[in-house]
Amino acid sequence: MLRTIATIITVAAATLAFPLKAEVIAITGGQVHTLGEAGVLEDATVLIRDGRIEAVGQDVSIPNDARRIDAEGRPVTPGIIDAHGQIGLVEVSAVSGSNDGAVSGRAFTAAFDVADAINPASALIPINRVEGITRAVVAPGHGGGGSLIAGQGAIIDLGNGYDTLTRQGAAMYASLGETGAQLSGGSRAAAMLHLREALQDAQDYQDNRADYERRERREYALGRLDLDALGPVLEGEMPLIINAHRASDIRAALRLATDFDLQLVIRGGAEAWKVAEELAAVDVPVLIDPLQNLPGNFESLGSTLENAARLHEDGVRFAFATGDSHNARNITQAAGNAVAHGLPHEAAMAAIMSVPADIWSIEDRVGRLESGLEADLVIWDGDPLDVTSYPDHVFIRGAEMPMETRHTRLRDRYLEVHDLTLPLAYPR
Amino acid sequence: MAIPPLKNALVAGAVGLALGLSACGESDPPAPDAEDLDISVLQDNFESTYQPLPPEHVVITNATILVGNGERLDKGSIHIRDGKIKAIAEEMDVPGDAQVVDAEGGWVTPGIIDSHSHLGVYPSPGVWAHADGNEMVSPNTAHVSAEHGLWPQDPGFLRAIEGGVTSALILPGSANIFGGRGVTVKMVPGRTAQDMKFPDAPQTLKMACGENPKRVYGQGRGSSPYTRMGNKAEVRSAFINAQDYLDRWIDYERKKAAGEDAEAPSRDLSLETLAGVLNDEVLVHNHCYRADEMKHRLDIAEEFGYQITAFHHAVESYKIADTLAEADVCSAMWSDWWGFKMEAWDGIRENVPMVEAAGACAVLHSDSAQDIQRLNQEAAKAMAAANRVGLDVTREQAIGWITLNAAKILGIDEVTGSLEAGKNADVVIWDGDPFSVYSRTQQVYVDGARVFDRDDPARQGELDFTLGMLGEGAQ
Repeated sequence: MLRTIATIITVAAATLAFPLKAEVIAITGGQVHTLGEAGVLEDATVLIRDGRIEAVGQDVSIPNDARRIDAEGRPVTPGIIDAHGQIGLVEVSAVSGSNDGAVSGRAFTAAFDVADAINPASALIPINRVEGITRAVVAPGHGGGGSLIAGQGAIIDLGNGYDTLTRQGAAMYASLGETGAQLSGGSRAAAMLHLREALQDAQDYQDNRADYERRERREYALGRLDLDALGPVLEGEMPLIINAHRASDIRAALRLATDFDLQLVIRGGAEAWKVAEELAAVDVPVLIDPLQNLPGNFESLGSTLENAARLHEDGVRFAFATGDSHNARNITQAAGNAVAHGLPHEAAMAAIMSVPADIWSIEDRVGRLESGLEADLVIWDGDPLDVTSYPDHVFIRGAEMPMETRHTRLRDRYLEVHDLTLPLAYPR
Repeated sequence: MAIPPLKNALVAGAVGLALGLSACGESDPPAPDAEDLDISVLQDNFESTYQPLPPEHVVITNATILVGNGERLDKGSIHIRDGKIKAIAEEMDVPGDAQVVDAEGGWVTPGIIDSHSHLGVYPSPGVWAHADGNEMVSPNTAHVSAEHGLWPQDPGFLRAIEGGVTSALILPGSANIFGGRGVTVKMVPGRTAQDMKFPDAPQTLKMACGENPKRVYGQGRGSSPYTRMGNKAEVRSAFINAQDYLDRWIDYERKKAAGEDAEAPSRDLSLETLAGVLNDEVLVHNHCYRADEMKHRLDIAEEFGYQITAFHHAVESYKIADTLAEADVCSAMWSDWWGFKMEAWDGIRENVPMVEAAGACAVLHSDSAQDIQRLNQEAAKAMAAANRVGLDVTREQAIGWITLNAAKILGIDEVTGSLEAGKNADVVIWDGDPFSVYSRTQQVYVDGARVFDRDDPARQGELDFTLGMLGEGAQ
């Protein structure tokens, strides 16, 4: 009964999230990058109604009541999905009170759910959305003495309201490699041991819950809430994102996923190109920073700007994620550099728009410009991946976003320092 | 009461001395000006052993050339010989013995100069054993020098060269108010730091405002500086001591020059660096984010009669660009870093172009082993953001942020930073518009030597660290 009520409330909230006023918007004359089977359509129209894409194509009839926006041949794309970051969890990185990204002091915090800390009023949200990011995966952190199993991430939209959750409990996060070793007493082998122990305990708990409640089960390494949280991971319903860079760490993660039949995603993957065939064989996707090309530590000696191109060549699914929250907006630059180093342009666009939607199983909601999907889209003043391009219009769930941020306000305040009759702090 | 600027004090002293001497008799030699005194302890003790590589004799033709000084040639040629730029023109006769590089469709820019890098002192791999950029034991470590921490095997050097960087200022970190001396390097990997040292480049001092010294000492250790107040008091106290130290050396050198008996003052490495600042021999590179703090630092510099060459990071320079223009102080900035700490909260994309629009000197730096590889793209982002609000920044203007203006604050603009005849042949050929994300360097020349060539594996290095490791050839 409780669950039914919860479902009703969720559905109601989701409905309310769309613009209350039934607005019809026709974006005409665009170079429409559908990211879907239709490919790129020149001089095409995207019709938005009630927050959703109603039609996309070159022969869309435009209703009389539609607000028209002429894209004048400029690129129209789906909104960008930032596949890994902490937008909404962190305001000023070095101000601890404004920072909810990680929990320290416990080995396992699987039950930790970032959704409970996300701040939809964060300044980072408008600053990133005016540059084309419309959804973001918000992940718990591992750093600073965090947890080996860090907890659950969420997906949010970067819209203007308080109801921004696209999906709660979107994924579970864990670490192998150097981070995992540090969090486990100093060895990669210990990290693997602890992960296996946690998954075995969670499985045992799932299979023998009644015994556990009667205290007739052995001691577990995890508390009840953490055991519960790992249930969907073991069921294969919730992806497990494992931080791993070194080729051997990626292989270790693949073995773990096979043993427990997990839905695995690798995050980091500096050396993923070295194990591309194995990744492709089991269709495990990778979240990479395409700019990582320095041997920054001993687990990323094989870093290269050609990582993306090589993964693409070998049929590995990948999305781009720099991990930078304040400047998540620079993901387009990162993608552009991947193109400069051998990745086809459409694959780079996919790696920040459609592939993240596929990886996170929200492809039935966003990631492409196709009828029925939620209307997250961007009209650009040039090639979205070039560093001189900026969006002219951004829509999230059909609502046109203001292009103002506290940065544009600061800029405009100081753009011309006039002779003032009042201090600069007054004019707004 | 303000302590009079040193130079004025010296002039006044010299005048007083001259008057005194003239009273004694006209035959006595005039006292030498302080500026003419060779104060040996203020000179650079560690000479460069840089040897230019064998230079090419090349004429690059058919290129769009951004000269670096604001000029542009739409289809120009550039003649490189004996390590120097011999000529740059729309049309030129190609000498018979010159190799022609037809850059059809390509662009040519000066070698990029990064005015703020930690390559070598915070190298890859980023392990503690190699973290030699921050002597975090005291807020004043003016006695240390980045060249003594620089590991020339940092693989980041090669990545930076591939990004078109031909010179860089390697600075100590910003934990300390006086972080120590920087070292200007040529982007030509050497076996020692001295092998990379830019010959005759002025000495530099890294200073820091704001949160970092406060965090490391105040918050971290409960010691001074606990606040920004303590930070500035430390700066003033240090320069009072430095002035005293300098006076003692001037007195000594003057007596020595006059043939009098004199005992050399005891040496102090920290005070030598600061006295070098007061004597205009060490350029001040001051890490400073907030506008109000920059103004404090300007006032202190005026109090002691030294010049701040550049504020680094300077995320709020756009708020006081008029003041900075008036003080003739440059700002070395990022295109878009913001939010990682309180003093970076107001960082905006238009900072660099807004500083320039106000008539102040704008430089774009990296402070990053990643961004140093793409300073052209960072400049492009700032340029495009500015153009969206009508600041009308051109490519020929924006390239100056990462070439000539950067050379200026390193004090090497007479020999590099622009493609003018007579300057060192530090040249980059791009396969397209360097303000596009898709363009890559094709060839990079330092002193006329081809240190990178995308089509020639022999001109793509591999430093010792990655040799024989998984990373070898990964690029």
